[in-house]
Amino acid sequence: MSQTSQAFVDAHPSAQDNAVTVRGVSKNYGAVEALKNMSLEFPRGQLTSLLGPSGCGKTTLLKIIAGLLKADSGEIIVNGKAVTGPGPNRAFVFQDFALLPWASVLRNVAFGLELRGVAKSEREAKAEKYIKDVGLAGFEHSFPHELSGGMRQRVGLARALSVDAQVLLLDEPFSAVDEQTRRKFQEDLLALVANENKTFIFVTHSIEEAVYVSDQIAILLPRPSRVHEIIRPSNFRAKGIDNIRRDPEYLDIVDEIWASLRNYVE
Amino acid sequence: MRVYGHKLPAMSSLLIWALLWEIVGRTGATFFIPPLSEVFVTLFKIIGTPAFLAALSETAQAFLAGVFFSIAIGIPVGILMGKSRLLDELLLPWVNIFVSAPLTALVPVLMVLFGFGMTSIVITTTLFGIWIIILNTRAGVRQINRSLVEMAISFGATPMDAFVKIYFWAALPEILGGVRIGVIRAVKGVIIGQLLISIVGFGALFELYATNFLMSHFWAVLIVLFALAFSISEFLAFLERKVAYYAAKR
Repeated sequence: MSQTSQAFVDAHPSAQDNAVTVRGVSKNYGAVEALKNMSLEFPRGQLTSLLGPSGCGKTTLLKIIAGLLKADSGEIIVNGKAVTGPGPNRAFVFQDFALLPWASVLRNVAFGLELRGVAKSEREAKAEKYIKDVGLAGFEHSFPHELSGGMRQRVGLARALSVDAQVLLLDEPFSAVDEQTRRKFQEDLLALVANENKTFIFVTHSIEEAVYVSDQIAILLPRPSRVHEIIRPSNFRAKGIDNIRRDPEYLDIVDEIWASLRNYVE
Repeated sequence: MRVYGHKLPAMSSLLIWALLWEIVGRTGATFFIPPLSEVFVTLFKIIGTPAFLAALSETAQAFLAGVFFSIAIGIPVGILMGKSRLLDELLLPWVNIFVSAPLTALVPVLMVLFGFGMTSIVITTTLFGIWIIILNTRAGVRQINRSLVEMAISFGATPMDAFVKIYFWAALPEILGGVRIGVIRAVKGVIIGQLLISIVGFGALFELYATNFLMSHFWAVLIVLFALAFSISEFLAFLERKVAYYAAKR
């Protein structure tokens, strides 16, 4: 992973293979400018964080990429094609999990496939595999209200993985789970990025989390929303996940980001 | 309730009221209240008679048709009102007027419009039941978690998918609550229809027994009707409890 990261740092931007490209996207809510002429590139197979203070439009941007919101101007390119709405090449993981409370874990995980018209036996076999992968084996027939917050988000993650989209969009996925579960999630996410050949776009408001999990961090600033800086951590990820949090580069980047964000925190 | 450590079955208090009725009936205080035992004897005597069965089937047909239309029209309209601001603005005032209006006063108008037959009775029944179903369904749809809808759309749900797989289920606890109240109101509607529009079914029996001062017959039919309405209501309450596991956790 680090070698590829290094390669991207060195490479000329135009030579990059981008899974998702955001070009000149603007979005207004009435008189409020949520996004103004924003452009960003998301390298394939990597995790890019959108980080910024509240109101910087990071969730808005993610929902525009997902096709859930329409941009007022500009375009989103996913795998070379402009986005006009939701599509099978992107899957969304929600902050509040968005599970069907009346359906079992199995049906929830298979729901994305159900909506795509996959036959019941096939989609349930696939769902069972991903339930096992996220560590929920044995809970197939439980209902969401019987699970803890962390387990619910694992269901949400399994649902997004089971549709096998190339791009995963995660909207503050760990903000509603407790600190220890969150750390475990972050480690699992790193493994996921390494093992699955998918592009991850990750919205967070936690600086440490962003630096810990990301190949690339886009710092967004509000009023009007814009990309302030793009940071690509280069080499601490290769030293093993247990060493990331005490790596000097990790600590420097966290400090640097805080220095540029502190003025925007009211 | 517990008395001296023994758990009493539900509605044991009815026994006390039944006893009181029996006593008042035995004193002969008023012809209006015959002893309860006499009412039950009459009840078993008339319950198998062709006249009673004909009345039961006529009433059941009108009632079931009315309830069917209330549900089949009420739930989709409620869901659409909950989803669409425009439809909501257009229809809500009318729904609110009709849900609280004294609908009995409308019955003569219905008779002019639809005649003196079954059609008018079914429409009356529907009018009694439908409004609360619409209102409850609408309320259920409006409290749906937005991200559930976004989730379905992000995974490629068509509007029809969202309707059937998200809106309906997410609003089901409220819908069932509305259907239960609507059905109870429909019982009123069908009897009022049968009394005012054309004297058929249970309405005809009530009319016949009341004008001939056959009070034990009158009460017997009333008890049958109460029991039927109560059973339907309890059945729907049972269905409501079946979805209660997620009603509080949406």
